[in-house]
Amino acid sequence: MAPDGEVTLSKDFIKGLWKENPVIRQILGMCPTLAVTNSATNGLAMGLATTFVVISASTIVSIIKSLVPRQVRIATYVIIIASFVTIADLFLAAKFPSISKALGPYVPLIVVNCIILGRAEAFASKHPVHRAFIDALGMGVGFSWALILLGSIRELLGFGSIFGFKIMGAWFTPWIIMILPGGAFITLGIIIGLINQFTGSRTVDTSCH
Amino acid sequence: MEIILIFISAAIVNNFVLTYFLGICPFIGVSKKVETALNMGMATTFVMTLTAAITWLINTYILIKFNVPFLEYVAFIITIASLVQLVEMFIRKVSPALFRALGIFLPLITTNCAILGLALFAVLREYNFIESVVFGLGAGVGFTLALVIMAGIREELEFMDVPESFKGAPITLLIAGMLALSFMGFAGLLSV
Repeated sequence: MAPDGEVTLSKDFIKGLWKENPVIRQILGMCPTLAVTNSATNGLAMGLATTFVVISASTIVSIIKSLVPRQVRIATYVIIIASFVTIADLFLAAKFPSISKALGPYVPLIVVNCIILGRAEAFASKHPVHRAFIDALGMGVGFSWALILLGSIRELLGFGSIFGFKIMGAWFTPWIIMILPGGAFITLGIIIGLINQFTGSRTVDTSCH
Repeated sequence: MEIILIFISAAIVNNFVLTYFLGICPFIGVSKKVETALNMGMATTFVMTLTAAITWLINTYILIKFNVPFLEYVAFIITIASLVQLVEMFIRKVSPALFRALGIFLPLITTNCAILGLALFAVLREYNFIESVVFGLGAGVGFTLALVIMAGIREELEFMDVPESFKGAPITLLIAGMLALSFMGFAGLLSV
C-alpha cells in the first residue's frame, strides 16, 4: 500500500462524522432519525443496529463487486441489506426484547434506509474492502451520534432525563411536545439550522436518490 | 364501519408522514411544487394500494403457509421492487401521457420507506385482505395530502425572508413539525 494509505483511511472514516454526516449534512435516513429518538437509549440502539447493517452490507458489496452484473446490482444490494437487517432484528428480539419492542417496525425499516444503499452504491461498489469497511464505520458512527444527540435533547426536555437518568429536578415541567412527532421535526430542524449558521455552510438538499 | 375507520385513521389521524415519519425523503425532496407533489402522491397511492394487496397474499399464502416468517423483509422488499418495475412498464405501454406525469417518480418509490412500512404495519395489525387494501389506499391518500399541503406552503415560502442558514431542509422540518402538531388535533376524531 502507498505510504499515504493511512491518511486515506482516516479521511474515509472522518468524513462520515462531520463533513458528510448522513443526518446533518446529507439529510438521509430521516425516518429512523425522527421516529425513534424520543429517548437517548432508543437513538443509541437504532444507531448501533444501523451501523452493524451498513458495515456488513458495505463489506459484502465490496467483496462481490466484480461478480454482480450492473443491471441487477441494486436488487442484489437490497437483498444483502435485507438479510443483515433480518439478522439484526432477530438478535435484538432475542437479547434486548424491550428495546426491540420500543423500536417496533423501525428495525425492519432499516432496509430502506437510504444511507445504507447509498454507501453500497456510491462507495463500496467502487472501492476495496478495507476502505469500504472504514467508510461504512464512519457513516455508522456519524449517524449514531446524530441520533444520540437528538434523542438526548428530546428526552431531556420531554422527560427531564438522559439515558433514563433524572437530570432535571422536581421543579421541571416536562415539555410533552418534545416526545411527540411534532417535537422531532422541530428539534431536528433547529439543530440543522443552527449548525448551518455556525459553520456557514448549507446542507446539500439531496433526497435519497 | 370498521373499514371506514381504518381509512380515516390511516389518511388523517395516524398520517404516515406526520405521525409515523414514513416517507420523509420524498416529503422533503419532492415538495417544492404543488403539481409535482400531487403527481408523486398519486403514483405513491397507486403503488401503496397494490403493495398492500400483494404483500398480504404473499404473507398469507407463502410466508405463513410454509412457516418462514423470517423471510418477511427480504420477500417484501423484492415484491415492492419488482412491483414498481412492473407498474412502470405497464403504464409506459398503456398510457404514455400518464407515464410522462408519473414516470420519473416510480423508481424513487422503491426506496420510499412508506411502502415497506405499510406492508409491515398491515402484517403487525393482522388486517384481513380488504382491510389491508383500504389501509394501503388510506395511507396513500394521507401521504398525498401531507405532500400537497407542504408543497403549497413551500410555494408561498419562496417569497418569504427565511434566514440563509434555515433555507431548504431546516425550514421544511420546522413546518412539518407545526403540521404534525395541527394534525394531532384530529386525534380526537377517533380512538384507533
